[in-house]
Amino acid sequence: MINAIWFLLIACGICYAGWQGNIEVVTSSAISGAEAAVTLAFKLIGVMCLWLGMMKVAEAAGIVRAFSKALSPFICRLFPTVPKNHPALGAIVMMMSANMFGLGNAVTPLGIKAMQELQKLNPHKKTASADMCTLLAICTTGFTIVPATIIAIRSAAGSESPAEIVGITLLVSLTATVSTLTIDRLIRLFGQSGSRR
Amino acid sequence: MVRMLEMLSVWIIPLLLFAIPLIGLLRRVKIYEAFAEGAAEGFQTAIRIMPYLVAMMVAINIFRSSGAMDALANFLSPVCDQLGIPQDIVPLAIMRPLSGSGSLGLTTEIIHTFGPDSFIGKLASVIIGSTDTTFYILTVYFGAVGIVNPRYSLFVGLCGDLIGLFASIYICQSVFN
Repeated sequence: MINAIWFLLIACGICYAGWQGNIEVVTSSAISGAEAAVTLAFKLIGVMCLWLGMMKVAEAAGIVRAFSKALSPFICRLFPTVPKNHPALGAIVMMMSANMFGLGNAVTPLGIKAMQELQKLNPHKKTASADMCTLLAICTTGFTIVPATIIAIRSAAGSESPAEIVGITLLVSLTATVSTLTIDRLIRLFGQSGSRR
Repeated sequence: MVRMLEMLSVWIIPLLLFAIPLIGLLRRVKIYEAFAEGAAEGFQTAIRIMPYLVAMMVAINIFRSSGAMDALANFLSPVCDQLGIPQDIVPLAIMRPLSGSGSLGLTTEIIHTFGPDSFIGKLASVIIGSTDTTFYILTVYFGAVGIVNPRYSLFVGLCGDLIGLFASIYICQSVFN
């Protein structure tokens, strides 16, 4: 699916630009996209180092273990094939907390850390395991309690009540997260036969 | 409420940066060395995701700046009208799973055009606050561990975006109208 979508994005863009008579935009946007990706990756280096460094300190101090122990009855149910006390659970808990508190920059490093721990349990290293798909479902619905960025944009635009949307955002993301996890679980239970290549 | 949320979002990172090393110190962890060890992993990971980011951002950039995205939004707007999706939200709905900075830009534009306290302004705020950039997350997270076959997870992620979109519209309509 990802291959088809990747091709479609490029093919549609090129065909449309050609049809509209401004094909030169394809070259410039391809190059600027590639440059932007490298810039982003370089910016990520700093953030990744900072949060994975802190994560290591938290791990050594036993904070991660205490955290995952407290929340493991809940997390274990979401990730049934991860053994209890596996470091993956701690990483998942840290990532979910960072997400909930809207720590935008900290979420990516912690999410990657969680993925790396799940990869250790994955028998097919090139193919996503069911637990990895579940983690991705949690990330993409982005359950957030404090949407800090949007509150800042709203208050900069002169809103009378910038945080008015917080309650509704919470309700919406809870709805989306619960239904997405349900879809994920249904596929896990019933749709596996054909999809594992 | 706003003051409290603003306080929380300003204080939470300094608090974490203080509390984690403090607890480490109390537990006699060599915190400086542990930090450096973790940071070394961060460096390698950021480099490893670069090719996946390039692949994804080139495709999305071509799609967007060729005008194909706007054409798709125009093409879809009668259908979206039937489904109750306001016309001004359609480009944002398409952009949301593709690009975080792109959709944040569109939201800022919508908020400035219609006003932050208009229905469209609030709806755009809720959409941006309650969903995440599916393609970016898939690229970065799976890229970092070398997964090339994401199986059904892209489908599930896009379902989540769609559910988030409709939930935003219906909940906003029943609360604000």
